[in-house]
Amino acid sequence: MSDALETQDPVTMLSTPIRLDYDFTAGVAQSRSLRGYAEGRFVGQRCPVCKKVYVPSRGSCPVDAVPTKEEVVLPNTATVTTFCVVNVPFAGQSIEIPYITASILLDGADITFMGLIQGIPADEVRMGLRVEAVWVPKEELGPTLASVKYFQPTGEPDREISTFREHL
Amino acid sequence: MNQRCAVIGIGQTHHKAKREDVSIAGMVREAARAALDDAGMDYGDIDAVVIGKAPDMFEGIMMPEHYLAGALGAVGKPMLRVHTAGSVGGSTAIVAAHLVATGIHKRVLTVAFEKQSDSDAMWALSVPQPFAAPLLAGAGGYFAPIIRAYINRSGAPNDVGMKVAVKDRLHALKNPYAHLQLPDIDLKMVEESIMLWDPLHYLESCPSSDGAAAMVIAAEDVATAQEKSTGRSAAWIHGMAMRSEPTMFAGRNQINPQAGRDCAKDVFAQAGVTNPRKELDCAEVYVPFSWYEPMWLENLGFCDEGDGWKLTDSGATSLDGGDIPWNCSGGVLSSNPIGASGMLRFLEAALQVRGMAGEHQVADASKALGHAYGGGSQFFAMWVVGSDRPA
Ligand SMILES: [Zn+2]
Repeated sequence: MSDALETQDPVTMLSTPIRLDYDFTAGVAQSRSLRGYAEGRFVGQRCPVCKKVYVPSRGSCPVDAVPTKEEVVLPNTATVTTFCVVNVPFAGQSIEIPYITASILLDGADITFMGLIQGIPADEVRMGLRVEAVWVPKEELGPTLASVKYFQPTGEPDREISTFREHL
Repeated sequence: MNQRCAVIGIGQTHHKAKREDVSIAGMVREAARAALDDAGMDYGDIDAVVIGKAPDMFEGIMMPEHYLAGALGAVGKPMLRVHTAGSVGGSTAIVAAHLVATGIHKRVLTVAFEKQSDSDAMWALSVPQPFAAPLLAGAGGYFAPIIRAYINRSGAPNDVGMKVAVKDRLHALKNPYAHLQLPDIDLKMVEESIMLWDPLHYLESCPSSDGAAAMVIAAEDVATAQEKSTGRSAAWIHGMAMRSEPTMFAGRNQINPQAGRDCAKDVFAQAGVTNPRKELDCAEVYVPFSWYEPMWLENLGFCDEGDGWKLTDSGATSLDGGDIPWNCSGGVLSSNPIGASGMLRFLEAALQVRGMAGEHQVADASKALGHAYGGGSQFFAMWVVGSDRPA
């Protein structure tokens, strides 16, 4: 061993970044919602048994285990059921911290999904806040939920928490 | 249950941020060796090995059970791998116990581990999903909104979570195996730690740990013989249950999931427990984020819905004078080798009823609950162990 190496600390661990590319098949039902994003709209499906509306559509109802075929186009307006202010940095993060992720309940939907909230100071976000989707410019729309840039407040009065308890 | 079975051997590593002195194989072997020594056995006495860990993506080793068969003396023996996300340590113990309770095997070694320093769990839990916005931010980012909803629904004062964070770290000071040893912990220290996932402070979250846990589970005749030869008592399994539910369905109660309620009901019915707060001496419950103590107090039926925070707030769950101490070992908030964290809960419950918990022993503990949950609160595993044989 050379003198130069002897003065170095021993190597106890090394990071070896790897990558994995894969093909993802969205399936018939999810593809409908994805095509909806490419057109700048939310497309869901209603269960024929419980009548609940799932967005994005998933092709079946997880409660009734029946196929869902009826398509429902949902509006841009929604309610923040609950949220979190993310202030933790991590590898691969693509949004500057702090940022707010919220459970978004689109008007007419029976399930929430995660969305980014902007256009309001972090300490003013609240459960029940009324928001609307802001889409990326038309030429940038694609078959991904990333076509929604963020949700911003509509200025309407908050929705009473008791009216959406079943979605928490 | 067809046949009585018991935990007769327990082993765990000293949980740490980085175990740079051992490989994963060396680490699991450390826990397994300790469990075998406690049981008065050797690898050759074992009929089968059941192993669990969190998703393979964490360390990036696919199906590590194959690589670990040699280290665990499982070559040529049945070996089973269990997958239930963060609850896996508990589910793994239950699968092992089922192999004994059903009479298939007499002596089963069960092991669970995580080597977080070899991995990046925060990254693994936040990988962008196809066609989705890249908003995932680790387990805390998933659970913090649910915690916010709990605080709103229950009307709990904002400092209850911080009280759990302090209590569990005080407990950890009595457990030499616990990763976090914070002798100066107090409410102020928690409050002044960075707000990672509002409403969760850094010190209200679990650490990243390297560690492994192991148990030897044996049939009644073997357990009785080993109790005589080793002079150490067994922890008898009085009930065990697992439940799951989908992470996403309309009307899902995310704060108080039905699968957890059903699982608790089942395990307590098997164990003949009608009032867990009164009839159990202590509980080891999977609390990776502070507020999950009051939430699971309600989910598991230790109190009525909405009252969990009152138990925590009153000190009822403290080893220092509480009537139903929770997480005397320091819990997941003090040591979190993810795959092993559930098994540590099961194992610590067993240590208590064997009277072998050392400084964090609850005096005369005769019945205890071990609990684990995982994923988006969709997997639950629980067992009740006792110092007496089940009826
Ligand atoms: Zn349905």
